[in-house]
Amino acid sequence: MARMKFVCDTERCIECNGCVTACKNENEVPWGVNRRRVVTLNDGVPGEKSISVACMHCSDAPCMAVCPVQCFYRTEEGVVLHDKDVCIGCGYCSYACPFGAPQFPSQGTFGVRGKMDKCTFCAGGPEANGSEAEFEKYGRNRLAEGKLPACAEMCSTKALLAGDGDVVADIFRTRVVHRGKGAEVWGWGTAYGSQQAGNPPATEVKR
Amino acid sequence: MSRRALALAGIAVSVTLLAACSEKPQTNTHGVKFDAVPWSGTGSQANTGTVFTSPGWKVGDKTTWEQQIKTRMNGQNEYVKEN
Repeated sequence: MARMKFVCDTERCIECNGCVTACKNENEVPWGVNRRRVVTLNDGVPGEKSISVACMHCSDAPCMAVCPVQCFYRTEEGVVLHDKDVCIGCGYCSYACPFGAPQFPSQGTFGVRGKMDKCTFCAGGPEANGSEAEFEKYGRNRLAEGKLPACAEMCSTKALLAGDGDVVADIFRTRVVHRGKGAEVWGWGTAYGSQQAGNPPATEVKR
Repeated sequence: MSRRALALAGIAVSVTLLAACSEKPQTNTHGVKFDAVPWSGTGSQANTGTVFTSPGWKVGDKTTWEQQIKTRMNGQNEYVKEN
């Protein structure tokens, strides 16, 4: 098996936030922490694009490079995880990460920054698989249950794909080849009632 | 005598209450801990599953786990499904 990756298809993402909800529910993520979130570009403008973002489990992870206490490690499947017992909550990883994946919960009366929390690719962490300690610190370990991350498996439009980088790349490639673009896209005529192939609607005739 | 006993009891209660304010240990002198491989399952015993374990693979067997994950990965491709 190669490396576990996420791919989000912006042509399919409908900004339903189902992935965000699935992640929160599956891992019982506390308030203020969003391991996954949906980012929309040109929100409200025709042609807006949404993309679901979380830790991308980088092959050369910058968070791992800057961590002063070496709390990160990479599993055999290419999932970037960290040990919360080693993390000191310094926040260097959040500055290094280009995706804003590291999250810091506010803890205690004065809202002190807690230990870093991030997407685990539903692979738990360095505790016994499926143990209460693992769930408390890192969330569910779905990989050890023979499942993929909840966000991707819950995605209603299958915009978010998770799995071996080679496999998800093949799925995405198949889609792009099949769906074409503009009026070639399946259902375009039903949705827009014309074959205008993505051109802006014809201007109204002045009375 | 009873005053002294009362004072001692008060101290004991205070110590018990203050103990609840202590923090969980946050140090790990051994560095990053060992993380078990995913195909070892999530059961309390090694190489066992739970009711949440997906059927279709044998817990503890890397090959069947990889096959199971691959099946689920390809399940995301609706172009191979019958409509």
